[in-house]
Amino acid sequence: MPVSLANSQVIYKALKSCGIGLVSALPETWLVHLIRMAEDDPKMILVRLAKEEEGVGISAGAHFAGTKSAMLMQNHGFLASINGIVSFAQLYRIPLLMLISYRGHFGERDPWQTQGGSATEPLLRALGIPYSFLDDPATVEKRIAAAQTWAVSSLHPAALLLTRDLMWEE
Amino acid sequence: MLRIDCLRSIHDKLDDCLVVTIMGAVAAELQSVGHRPNFFYLQHAMGLASSTGLGLALCLPKQRVVVFDGDGSILMNLGGFTTLARYRPKNLVHVIFDNESLLSVGGFPTATATGSDLVALAKAAGIPHTYGVHTLEGFKAHFTAAMKGDDLACIVAKVEAAGPKGYVTDLSLLENRFQFRRHIEKLTGKAFIAKDT
Repeated sequence: MPVSLANSQVIYKALKSCGIGLVSALPETWLVHLIRMAEDDPKMILVRLAKEEEGVGISAGAHFAGTKSAMLMQNHGFLASINGIVSFAQLYRIPLLMLISYRGHFGERDPWQTQGGSATEPLLRALGIPYSFLDDPATVEKRIAAAQTWAVSSLHPAALLLTRDLMWEE
Repeated sequence: MLRIDCLRSIHDKLDDCLVVTIMGAVAAELQSVGHRPNFFYLQHAMGLASSTGLGLALCLPKQRVVVFDGDGSILMNLGGFTTLARYRPKNLVHVIFDNESLLSVGGFPTATATGSDLVALAKAAGIPHTYGVHTLEGFKAHFTAAMKGDDLACIVAKVEAAGPKGYVTDLSLLENRFQFRRHIEKLTGKAFIAKDT
């Protein structure tokens, strides 16, 4: 599978370095290694979801409990979570660290991903959710830590877009 | 059976647990019976109260978590039933007040008014201890047993489509949210802010 195992490891290590204790996830191709790493980690609580919006509630519960969490989702999962993000996380000032695989952008061969690819950044901007890109293994750890720090200090969702450059090896 | 009578009948059993409710009548009625710092009212995001309860229960396995849900809300997150069943937190009691109606927006009937059966849905999702109750005595007995039990339980209480006159209370959403987290911080003896940064 051309999903980058090495770069998935870099991401997972960065999540561990900033103290993430719970990960919610719904499988998608680019996330398979990350989900398996969470599954194999006895110190990580992995919650496999039926739909990504559940992850907003799970992360809110974790935040109330004093556990740092991250959400692993495809950008279509982000689209499916918007009401929860707005009327729970933003309304109640809940920090969310959202790792969103940026499908449907340049280089995408699956036609069904392309519409969501074009909508992702405009929607993040419309919602006032700051985001940065994970596109180079050299900067992954720093960017994840920076987003996590900001989400907690601002009590607000923050997004990291997992790009094709980082996740896919051709 | 009235929902507020159900809440009154078990209010004194909620002191030592963490309570998450849905919006509208459930939140307003529980507050009218008596707010406590261990109660969190999710005043929007329909469907996510049960997910919030799951997150709490998984992160705090030594605490008892109670979710007060409704038919309209759970119907928006039926997948959440399967996630709850999958992780089966032993410390979570899921109460669903089924008034077969979206009461706060005019009382339009939900699908439970036309035959959809939440008890059967919960059981089929894989929640083994699921009970349908129609009387106050039955509700109190099943709730009390579930609180003493050591497994995920779901109680579907059929109640009348009746509620308070208004839904806005004098407890602000953010005040409630910070109070709730501060309560858990004290409960667990963790310094959350120091831990965050």
